[in-house]
Order: sequence, then C-alpha cells, then structure tokens
Amino acid sequence: MTAAPPASFADPRDRLASAIPKLRAFAISLARDSTKADDLVQDTILKAWSNIEKFDPRTNLDAWLFTILRNTFYSSLRKTRREVQDSDGIHAASLSVKPAHDGRLAMQEFQRAFDQLSPEHREVLILVGASGFSCEEAAGMMNVAIGTVKSRASRARKRLAELLHLEDGEDMFSGTDGATQAVVMRTAVAGF
Amino acid sequence: MKKEKDEDAPKRQAIREQIDENLKRVYTAALNEELPDRLRELLEQLKSKGLDKGGSA
Repeated sequence: MTAAPPASFADPRDRLASAIPKLRAFAISLARDSTKADDLVQDTILKAWSNIEKFDPRTNLDAWLFTILRNTFYSSLRKTRREVQDSDGIHAASLSVKPAHDGRLAMQEFQRAFDQLSPEHREVLILVGASGFSCEEAAGMMNVAIGTVKSRASRARKRLAELLHLEDGEDMFSGTDGATQAVVMRTAVAGF
Repeated sequence: MKKEKDEDAPKRQAIREQIDENLKRVYTAALNEELPDRLRELLEQLKSKGLDKGGSA
C-alpha cells in the first residue's frame, strides 16, 4: 500500500466507492424502499461518474453526491406523486404509537412514525439530525435558504413528536385521556 | 392554550434530543445494512476502475 495522494490531486472518482453505504442510508430514508433506494444509489454513482468534471474538488464530495441523489429522487417522485400519496394514506391509517413508560421509544415505533413524514421532512431530519451535515451544507443541497432548513427541521421534529404523542401535555402521561390519567393518578396515590 | 412558556423549554429540548438520538439510530441501521449484490458489484467495478474513465462522452 502506498500513501494516498492529497485529496485535491486525487481523482474524485476514486472516492465514489466509499460513499456508497452513506448514499444508500440516505436513499433508504428518502424512498423507504430498498429496491428504489438501490436504484437511486446506482443512478447517482453513474451520474457522478459521467459528470465528474462538474465536481469542484475544493468542496465536499459527499454533499455533491447527496445532492445528485435527492434531485434524482424528487424528479422521479414528481412523476409518481399520486401513487406515493396513496401509499402514505394506507400507512397513516395503521399508525398508533405511544411512548414507552420510561420515555424511550422502541426503534420500530420510531421508524413507523418517521415513515409517516413527507419526504421533505425525512430529508431535512436525516441531513441535519443524523448524517452530520451542517444547516449550511443542507441548505446548499436542498437549494433553499439556511433559515428554511432550520424552520423545516423544526416543523419536521414537531410533526414527528405529534405522531409519537410526545408533544402536547405537561407530563409523561400526555396522549392518555382524562379517565386513564385519573386511574394513573389514583394508582400513584395508592402507592404511597 | 398556546404554551410557549420557559418552563416548557427543557421538555422541548428533551423531546428534540430523543428524536435526534432515534434519527441517528435509524440512519446508522441503514448504514450498517449489508449492500445488495448489484451495489457490491458496482463498488468492485469502481474500485478496480472497471468503468471506463475516458469514455463517458
């Protein structure tokens, strides 16, 4: 093994392979379907390969690749928007989630709630909440102002909290009705 | 009953942290999934420069 040349002199195409897992994780978050996600990753890599001269080597390669992927996703989504909304409706009908008593969420419950969000909300949350991009980088990828990224992320978190029944109410029993709460209170009192 | 009181701020912060922690778990789980064959093949092609670097035009 020889030492890698400085990134600025290396062919950025040599770095595409190592980006595949990250791209796939992002694609799964957007598409919620591993076959579609794999299509997206493949299209993204091929587009990046054949348009590599458009990449500015002083910038972040991952951000460039994520941008290609999300643009590819949204252009295909525009063609099939009606179909996607139908499937969202089916998903939403089956959703009922409450937080566990210790406040920690089961992974599956969280995943189900996350899947209810719009693609735009899933995107912003994954970019700024999970994959470690700054709001500024996310703004560049999404082609919107930084303020838009922040407000969209805030709305997306709020929506997610609503779906998980975390948001309203003053205490950990939020999401339960009055009768349930009364029983809980009595139980708590009886415990002393 | 709009509640923007300061006493709600720690609760909102806790919810936010809980959400972000779970987002990272969702993302990391996807990141750690085994690649399907076609992406592994693509990755191998990229590594071995099996795609033609000059011939994209």
